[in-house]
Amino acid sequence: MTSTRAATSVTAPTTATVAEAGVRADPGFTPPTRFAVPGRIAVSNRAAALWQTATLTEIRRETARVATFRFAVPGWAGHLPGQHLMLRLTAEDGYRAQRHYSLASPPDDTGHIELTLDHVEGGEVSGWFHTEARPGDEVEVRGPLSGFFAWPGDRPALLIGAGSGVVPLMSMIRHHRVRGLEVPLRLLVSARAPEELIYAREYGTETTPVFTRRAPEGVPVGRLSAAHVAPLLAERPAGGWEAYVCGSNAFAEHASRLLVQAGQPVDHIRIERFG
Amino acid sequence: MNVTRGFTGRPRVHNPGLPPGQYDAGDDWPVLSAEVTPDLAPADWTFRIDGLVARPHTWDWDAAHALPGSVYEGDIHCVTSWSKFGVRFGGVSLDVFLDAVRPDTSATHAVAYSHSGYTTNLPLADLTGGRAWIAWEYGGEPLPAEHGGPARLLVPHLYFWKSAKWIAGIRLLDHDEPGFWEQNGYHARGNPWEEQRYSGD
Repeated sequence: MTSTRAATSVTAPTTATVAEAGVRADPGFTPPTRFAVPGRIAVSNRAAALWQTATLTEIRRETARVATFRFAVPGWAGHLPGQHLMLRLTAEDGYRAQRHYSLASPPDDTGHIELTLDHVEGGEVSGWFHTEARPGDEVEVRGPLSGFFAWPGDRPALLIGAGSGVVPLMSMIRHHRVRGLEVPLRLLVSARAPEELIYAREYGTETTPVFTRRAPEGVPVGRLSAAHVAPLLAERPAGGWEAYVCGSNAFAEHASRLLVQAGQPVDHIRIERFG
Repeated sequence: MNVTRGFTGRPRVHNPGLPPGQYDAGDDWPVLSAEVTPDLAPADWTFRIDGLVARPHTWDWDAAHALPGSVYEGDIHCVTSWSKFGVRFGGVSLDVFLDAVRPDTSATHAVAYSHSGYTTNLPLADLTGGRAWIAWEYGGEPLPAEHGGPARLLVPHLYFWKSAKWIAGIRLLDHDEPGFWEQNGYHARGNPWEEQRYSGD
């Protein structure tokens, strides 16, 4: 397996380092391992330090447990599909709760962003959104954050998500559509049942849904498997796929293992685990 | 202060061990690595210290385990806002490894790197004085792969992205050099008590 080789090829401590030779190391230290972490994607971090007011303008139900929240953020600096933000709520006594959430909307210049939130059992932030929030309410956000799980639309993208892990991937699909991009894009999205599939009405021919508990008639029930991944890897787009995996840790481990076993290079697999 | 209408939040628990903006994750231990979990056996694990040191050295699994053991019992804090209390890691104090390689007086910073290629930068002062470990046990059991096993760096007084999983080495430098998340907008030091989450904090 590729990952085993990546791990074992670094055991020989033979590399004389530049620092040992008394030479200042080049900026951007690259460790003497077979580099398995994909590189960063150039993004601006200028907006990340500022908390901004986001005014809720619309709530759209997606499934019984999931809804999309649209905000006006007049100073929003823009984002890349896949990026996330930090959001905080403040109680009257000054108590604050903050969470990271993926952006669901594609980059645009409307000064609006959308988040799609699961109603987490006992979640103090998602609970507020799902039971209390209404248009006109104000929260605070900072971002966009991270230049790792981001897709600028410049390379073929193979997206694999489960549950609300599809949210940052939907930003990529919407971006692809809005801009009329021709670079290949595919999505494997796993849900327990059709009524739990977020954005069900928005998918097109780029998407293959996988249902783990109950499926529409004629669609098999089962976990994401090598049989789902193999035909997509066989497409071999020019430049190769950049794979984006998002979901629970258990799903991310499973999906990334399938990708590695099917031959996807580990340094072209970007993972966002929801925890 | 921008109060959120109708937001009360969880019952307030006065916990002096909870840094600002953090919540107690309880029994959960979220996994947030951005790369594929490497399939790394203890027999294939190595740990090297080099750079501005008198005697660069590489330890394998058995050599590292022959060193005097040390335990960290306390709390850990993730930049994504969860903290976990009362954890117990077993391994060897990083001081033991550093004493063996004899850092040069010009060394001020370090880059820790993983067998996955992940990197993170730290001031050398944060790695010495009994505040950093190479850890391979969690709660008396082998450290699970998804949490960085066979062995990870443990620097519990900083946000946990500094505690590189699948630790492969540490290079000592005379300057600071941003690592993986630090190049992605995260803070150079990451002190949870000063809420140093992102660059500019």
